[in-house]
Amino acid sequence: MNLDIRYPIGLLFLVVGAILAVYGMVSGPEIYAAHSLGLNINLWWGLIQIAFGAIMVALAKMGAKKG
Amino acid sequence: MQSIIHFGNIDYAIVAIYFVFVLGIGWALRRGMKGSSDFLTSANSIPGWVAGLAFLSANLGAQEVIGMAASGAKYGIMTSHFYWVGAIPAMVFLGVFMMPFYYGSKARSVPEYLKLRFDEKTRGFNAFSFAVMTIFSSGISMYAMAKLMGLLLGWQFGSSIAISAAIVLVYIFLGGLTSAIYNEVLQFFMIVFGFAPLVFLGLKDVGGWSGLKEKLVGVSTSQGFASGAWTEAWSHLGSPSQNPLGVEWFGMVMGLGFVLSFGYWCTDFLVVQRALAAKTMTAARRTPLIAAIPKMLFPFLVILPGMIAIALTYQATKGSTGGFSLPAKNGSYDYDLVIPYMLGHYFPTGMLGLGMTALMASFMSGMAGNVTAFNTVWTYDIYQSYIAKGKSDEHYLHVAKGATVVGILLSILAAYLADSFNNIMDVLQLVFAFVNAPLFATFLLGMFWKRTTGHGAFWGLFLGTAAAAIHHGVTIPIGAMSLVKGGWLGTVMHTYPSEMAQNFWTAIWAFCTCFVATSVISLATTSQKTDAQLRGLVWSLTPHEDKSEGDVPFWKRVAPFGALVILLTIVLNVIFW
Repeated sequence: MNLDIRYPIGLLFLVVGAILAVYGMVSGPEIYAAHSLGLNINLWWGLIQIAFGAIMVALAKMGAKKG
Repeated sequence: MQSIIHFGNIDYAIVAIYFVFVLGIGWALRRGMKGSSDFLTSANSIPGWVAGLAFLSANLGAQEVIGMAASGAKYGIMTSHFYWVGAIPAMVFLGVFMMPFYYGSKARSVPEYLKLRFDEKTRGFNAFSFAVMTIFSSGISMYAMAKLMGLLLGWQFGSSIAISAAIVLVYIFLGGLTSAIYNEVLQFFMIVFGFAPLVFLGLKDVGGWSGLKEKLVGVSTSQGFASGAWTEAWSHLGSPSQNPLGVEWFGMVMGLGFVLSFGYWCTDFLVVQRALAAKTMTAARRTPLIAAIPKMLFPFLVILPGMIAIALTYQATKGSTGGFSLPAKNGSYDYDLVIPYMLGHYFPTGMLGLGMTALMASFMSGMAGNVTAFNTVWTYDIYQSYIAKGKSDEHYLHVAKGATVVGILLSILAAYLADSFNNIMDVLQLVFAFVNAPLFATFLLGMFWKRTTGHGAFWGLFLGTAAAAIHHGVTIPIGAMSLVKGGWLGTVMHTYPSEMAQNFWTAIWAFCTCFVATSVISLATTSQKTDAQLRGLVWSLTPHEDKSEGDVPFWKRVAPFGALVILLTIVLNVIFW
């Protein structure tokens, strides 16, 4: 098939991860204090998703090179 | 309507982005849809790991996620038997022993395999019951989603239905099975990324696994069970009265672990279709094995939240403040709200959007899985076989696309039916359970005993289904209030300690009846198929070279992979004994 599914997966998590991470950075503890045990979960989980998304895109690029 | 979860703009944005990707995948694939096989079977083009994750996701509808979390709260770690006993062994069996015949036969569907192996009437029986079943399953998924979104976000029932139906329709219509499979893989990662932090925060809140164990002692003893009943999977299966499931180990292992699980994982076209879409025979055989690895870990993702929720709720009843409490319902708790309530409790706006998107994603792929199975069975097993044979492939592609539209319209109808008559759905699900219960006996005999005949298979299935219905008609679970629960034949010959025990034994009766009836009738009739026709369909008539994996090194073969999966599962069982 002409679409490597790793691209859309990677892109989706890059975009969603970036939104959450940026939101986590600019928002104060009033957003998460009452929920996630004082942890800025938006920021941390956003960064983890960015890392995962980047790995997926990298794998897809490597796969494309191999042919 | 008052909503439970407070969605911010950022949450809506995440939901919207996800839908854009879902539709984009369908759009990107549209050019590849040239013939009916591109659309309905992905033309054997899917890599093994993609097929494997889709195999897993197709079964991981939102009702499953919500139901497993609910069971985690109600029954504790024992719920993991639905994975470790009720799925993994059957998945390994499918990959190692059955896939060579499904894939090797070039059948495009499970009913088509039955036609090749047995005869037209056995195929027809399976194709029609399966087609009806998929429509109702897809409708129930749609209904459940609309109900939940109404409760959580205050969305209108009708608009939830319209939006979900439109999205599923568009991406399947554009990209067919491939689009459904790709979106299932996307959904798999959404579920993992949406729920893993929930488990992390929940566990942190209760003081880790040891803290959870300690807190669940109170939950167990307050209901009259031994202190470890919620955290030990096997120790309390000696008799039904010792555990909250109300089953004993034999009924559990035979009913759930053997009959129900093999019947579902090895014969249900919805899951088997994902493996058949794989690129090569080896990829197809590895599909269920690849799926088994995350499957064995899923209890930690979907059952643990339930256990955490009930532990915290119990704490709250003992006066601890600032915690979490499940909503009450009919003198107990509304266990189905474990996941939504935990999402609302632990996730701030932002993450909340991710968690809810994961939930919506699994509702939709639950629908899409059924719709793609339906359009294939309709096009190949019903339309091409009984209505219009020998047309051009282009004609069948149009029929398949039409079937997708009709399938979704019928699902919407089923969703509204479920909304108006709740009992009708209960009765239908019961009937499906009767039809499914004996199926594995037919496949087991068909694949591994060449003497099995078409008459034997058909009448065995018929009698097995009847046996399930009769068994259900003369037994009840304790405290049964309605005929849907059993005893509808008027006399009650046995009372089971729980509904689950009754289900397991209904399945055991159906399987045994079908097995014996198929064997006896096969011996009394002669097969319509010659040995040459059965080559590739039956174990003993398939030459060794067709089954072997050539010169693939030992550690890359399917059987050692399967053995590894089983070993890992045993280790998990021992850890949580």
